[in-house]
Amino acid sequence: MNDALIQVRDLKKYYDNGRIKALDGVDIDIRKGEVVVIIGPSGCGKSTFLKSLNLLEMPTEGKIIFEGVDINDSSVNVNIHRQKMGMVFQHFNLFPHKTVLGNITLAPTKLKGISKEKGRERAMELLRMVHLEDKADAYPAQLSGGQKQRIAIARALAMDPDVMLFDEPTSALDPEMVGEVLDIMKELARGGMTMIVVTHEMGFAKEVGSRVIFFDGGQIREENTPQEFFAHPKDPRLQDFLSKVLI
Amino acid sequence: MTEWFNSLADTFYRCFIEDSRWKWMLEGLGNTMIITVFALMIGIILGIIVAAVRSTYDMNGAAMKKKGGPAYIFLRIGNFICNLFLTVIRGTPVVVQLMIMYFIILINVTNGVLVAIIAFGINSGAYVAEIFRSGIMSIDEGQIEAGRSLGFNYIQTMIFIIIPQAVKVVLPTLFNELIVLIKETSVAGYVGVMDLTKAGDKIRGRTFEAFMPLFAVAAVYLVIVIILTRILRIIEKRLRKSERR
Repeated sequence: MNDALIQVRDLKKYYDNGRIKALDGVDIDIRKGEVVVIIGPSGCGKSTFLKSLNLLEMPTEGKIIFEGVDINDSSVNVNIHRQKMGMVFQHFNLFPHKTVLGNITLAPTKLKGISKEKGRERAMELLRMVHLEDKADAYPAQLSGGQKQRIAIARALAMDPDVMLFDEPTSALDPEMVGEVLDIMKELARGGMTMIVVTHEMGFAKEVGSRVIFFDGGQIREENTPQEFFAHPKDPRLQDFLSKVLI
Repeated sequence: MTEWFNSLADTFYRCFIEDSRWKWMLEGLGNTMIITVFALMIGIILGIIVAAVRSTYDMNGAAMKKKGGPAYIFLRIGNFICNLFLTVIRGTPVVVQLMIMYFIILINVTNGVLVAIIAFGINSGAYVAEIFRSGIMSIDEGQIEAGRSLGFNYIQTMIFIIIPQAVKVVLPTLFNELIVLIKETSVAGYVGVMDLTKAGDKIRGRTFEAFMPLFAVAAVYLVIVIILTRILRIIEKRLRKSERR
């Protein structure tokens, strides 16, 4: 059982000298091609967990073994490994001074030495995938929220990552734009991309999740297949949580 | 009435025409501009360095502390020096700094204009540094996260993503620093530099006329500042347009 793409071991993140425990010992294996959906109440540590996976948040201790390397080891150059971990943010974080094309090609051309033409070709391919090929020369400020997020997905995919991290990708969107972003994500999942998704979209979890995880108090409280997870929740806090959210 | 006009014309003649005194004004204006422009250049270079050290420490210090090593120690020392520089320069009057520079530190340099450029340059560097730093800090943290998540290191993220956006933010403030600096250089006369103010004062000393030369000096400053303010407004307008895009 060593086909795990990411192995997380006893991951801890403390603030205020340990008074606040955002992550309090998280262990999980994520296999290639899996779509892991993380849900939980706000402040439960799910976003912190996601951002710890590529060290945007520095864990206090623990191991994050990605493709056989513990990237939390201080001797490891995390920048190289981050190239293999795409990330999509709640607030898109597109680069406002660059066009859509510039956003997508910046990292591949500067970091991988891909030529401008090749980068452009690949970018157009990705833009077709997210159905926005006509926006190549637009600036982010000209796009709607849903369009921005689709561009952000394309930007992350341009580095050909082995895993995609989604940090509440639809939480900042107007309701009518949630669908278009989820559709792209579903397509991505069907294509076999390994995905870790923090979200409140229970429908998405049910439909494409291979596993659903419930976070609370900086720990994994429950972990199951979507069917079992929603039909027979065991943890009382999860039962409480599910009773409060609309499914 | 005509008598008053005649005396005014006479004063004007004595102040500016006699002995070609208008040339002093011109020379003074030239020196004022030279000092301002070169001092701002030094200020910008110095400011970039100080701002880079300070914002790197602010944003990246915690992560580097965890990794340890000499890089972190250098950064800490650098940050301390920069803070000391900012405190001293911003905490003392520029005219005192100028005199210390001329009469103590650069005692062997006889070119007053050069000393003034250096003194005002260092002084302006402290203010420009804080302008740049506030510009960098004003960029949303998500931009850094996005850059880092793609695999850019800290310096690449700064160069490709943060600084291009920060420059747009600070441009009006930086231009304002130029306007402030022009007026500040009027104390250059303390170290024997013939700047615009000193030229007016020299005419006053020779002719015993205070009104006309001093108001002329004030008018020249005012015209320059008005022109620059106009340019600043155009720059601001352009920048706002590109934001609306």
